[in-house]
Parts: sequence; structure tokens; C-alpha cells
Amino acid sequence: MYNAGKIIIGIVIFVGLITLPFWFSGEKATAKPDPKLDTPEILQLPEAERTCVESKEYMKREHMKMLNEWRDWVVRDGLTIYVNEQGKEYTMSLQNTCMNCHSNKTKFCDECHNYASVNPYCWDCHIAPKENAS
Amino acid sequence: MSMDRRDFLKIAGISSLVGVGGFSAVNSIGNRLEASQIKKNPEALTATHWAMVVDMKQFRTKEDYQVCIDACHREHNVPQIEDNPKHEIKWMWTDTYEHVFPGNESEYLAEKIKEMPFLVLCNHCENPPCVRVCPTQATFKRESDGIVMMDMHRCIGCRFCMAGCPYGARSFNYVNPRPYLDEENENPEFPTRMKGVVEKCTFCYERLAKGLEPACVEAAKENAQKNGTTPGLIFGCLDDPNSEVRKILSERFSIRRKPELGTGPSVYYVL
Repeated sequence: MYNAGKIIIGIVIFVGLITLPFWFSGEKATAKPDPKLDTPEILQLPEAERTCVESKEYMKREHMKMLNEWRDWVVRDGLTIYVNEQGKEYTMSLQNTCMNCHSNKTKFCDECHNYASVNPYCWDCHIAPKENAS
Repeated sequence: MSMDRRDFLKIAGISSLVGVGGFSAVNSIGNRLEASQIKKNPEALTATHWAMVVDMKQFRTKEDYQVCIDACHREHNVPQIEDNPKHEIKWMWTDTYEHVFPGNESEYLAEKIKEMPFLVLCNHCENPPCVRVCPTQATFKRESDGIVMMDMHRCIGCRFCMAGCPYGARSFNYVNPRPYLDEENENPEFPTRMKGVVEKCTFCYERLAKGLEPACVEAAKENAQKNGTTPGLIFGCLDDPNSEVRKILSERFSIRRKPELGTGPSVYYVL
């Protein structure tokens, strides 16, 4: 192999550079997101009624798609009532239904969104619930 | 295996047809399942063609206009931007006769009418030019009730609609409107807008869906009750011959703004 020394040194530097983030962050992992469900609005509900519009698993996986569909149904089709699997009815509104219970945007939405580095533009227009700085 | 060009194209064509057809069939079944979970609010006010009548006889003082404008702007978190007149946002405002009805003015027009402020808003046209020019369908005509809607999520801020609208009913957010809103008085049930979108009157679609009349109509009614007069704004279905708007239109002389353009405004003025 011609110029073996230079090539090997080059490869070592290259590998070192692209693995730099791992060297720096090292072993310590970023704190796992821990979204909080303990808002006063949720706590005052009886235990049996502390359920979201759909199951927890469904909401975890599909809430972004669901919000997109809610948006289109309300704004474009003028349909405002959502009937869930149990037959319970909800008004489709992020600002007035979701955030009514989840009145802790920073501890509920932002917790995971920041961890996953996603920046949904909901709050550019929708008014977030007023949270106390405590 | 050898294949000539002709066979290859045939097979490729058929297989893509099957693929696309199957995909859309599966998709439409999926959509139907989801659509069965939603419905209209049974309390919602419905019509096939919403329209408004502005009874100019009932607008006597400046306050009569201002209560309607304030109710609308408060309801929809419309900012008061005063530092640059070009940045002004308005859903409802007043203008003079010669600006509202250009081409109808004459030298000998009654002084009273010449100086009278006319309440103006989006006309919710039957044939809206703003909808025709919108490249993203962010503004669209709701087929069910004729409201010219705005979907803020889709607006890209190209302002074609503002060029298309012959009534100047649309405002562009040149700056972030939030700093101009008073947090104490904002309506927490309605969103604000962001920099770079166009906004206008939507005939209070969100209130109609809850069974309430538009904010301006409600304010006009309250104001009339307070003064012991009849309300200056009448709202109803144009296709229903027994509706209040049809009654007043069949009894009195009415005009619309720039009817010669063929846009078919749904806001009528009776003098």
C-alpha cells in the first residue's frame, strides 16, 4: 500500500472526529423525560375517570396524528365532537379540551418534545395554559 | 429471461396500477373508520348560506359601531397595532360611503350619507376571488354553509388573497401580534396568530359550532337592548325564506359592495 502511514493516521483522525459526540457525552445519558400528569384538574377527578380521550398507549404513539386530524375535522369540515371507543364525547380542541386537563405544558408537552428535539409550532398561535412559576 | 421494451412497459404499467389502486382502496376504508368517530355538535347553528344585513338606520352614534368592532376583536384576540399603520390588523372596521361603494357616489349625495361611517367586514362571497388564488387552500369556501374560512395552519403568507380581495378585508401579520395583545383581556379560548399569516373575519365559525351567534351580532343586540332600539346587525340563512335576513331584504332597499365584480357578497346594507 502506498502512503500507508498517512492513510492510517488519516483514518484514525477521521474516526476520532466522527465519534467526538460520544467521547464528550461519555457514559452519562441525558435524563429520561418524565412527563407529569399530576395537574390539579386531573387530581380532582375520581380515580376511575382519570383517562384521556383514548388509551394511554394510543395517545403516546398517535397523539400527533390525532391532533392533525382533529385540526382538519374542526377547521375544514366543521365537525367538532369526537366520540371515543367507549362512546364518550369530547369537543375537539387542543386549547380548550387537551390543555384543560393537561394544564402543565412545560411538564407535559415540553418534557418529551425537548428530549426528542421536536419543535411543534402549536404554541406560536394557540395560547398555552398559564402556569405558576413554582 | 429476456423481455422486450413493449412487454416491460405493459407489466410495469399494470403492476403500478394495481399498487396505486390497492393503496387508495385500503386508504379510503381506513378513512371511513376514522370518520365514523366524529360528528357535528347538535347545538350548532346551521344554514346553507350564512349572510349578514347591516341596517345603517340603527347605527346612530360612534359607540354603536365601536361595540361591534370591540366585541369581534376581543373575541378573536385581534391586536391593536398603532405604531405603524401598515401593520394594522382588522376583522371589522368602518369606512366612508365613497370607499365602501365606489362608483355610486355623486356630487349631490346627501351630506349625511357622505359622512356616515359604514361598518365593513369580509363579505363571504359566493364566488370568492381570494379562494381562487390561494395556492395552499388555506382559505377556502365551506360548501356546507358558505363561510369563507381561513386555515391558519396552512397559510404560507404569500398574500395573493390580499391582492385578490376587492374589499380589503384581509390583514397580514407583518410582525408577531402577541406583544400587542393584553394578556389580561385576551380570550383564552381562541388562538392568536403568528407572524407571516393572513387573517380576516370568519363569521365566528367557532361560535356557530357551539350554537352562538357571531360576536358582533350579539354585541349589536345587547347594545340595542340597552338603548331600547332594534339591532343593527342581522344574521341568518339566505336560503331560508322565513329567516330574519330574508324578511328585511324583502321589505327594504338593500345594496351590496361592488356587485359588478361578480363576487356575490353575502353582506347586505340597508339604508
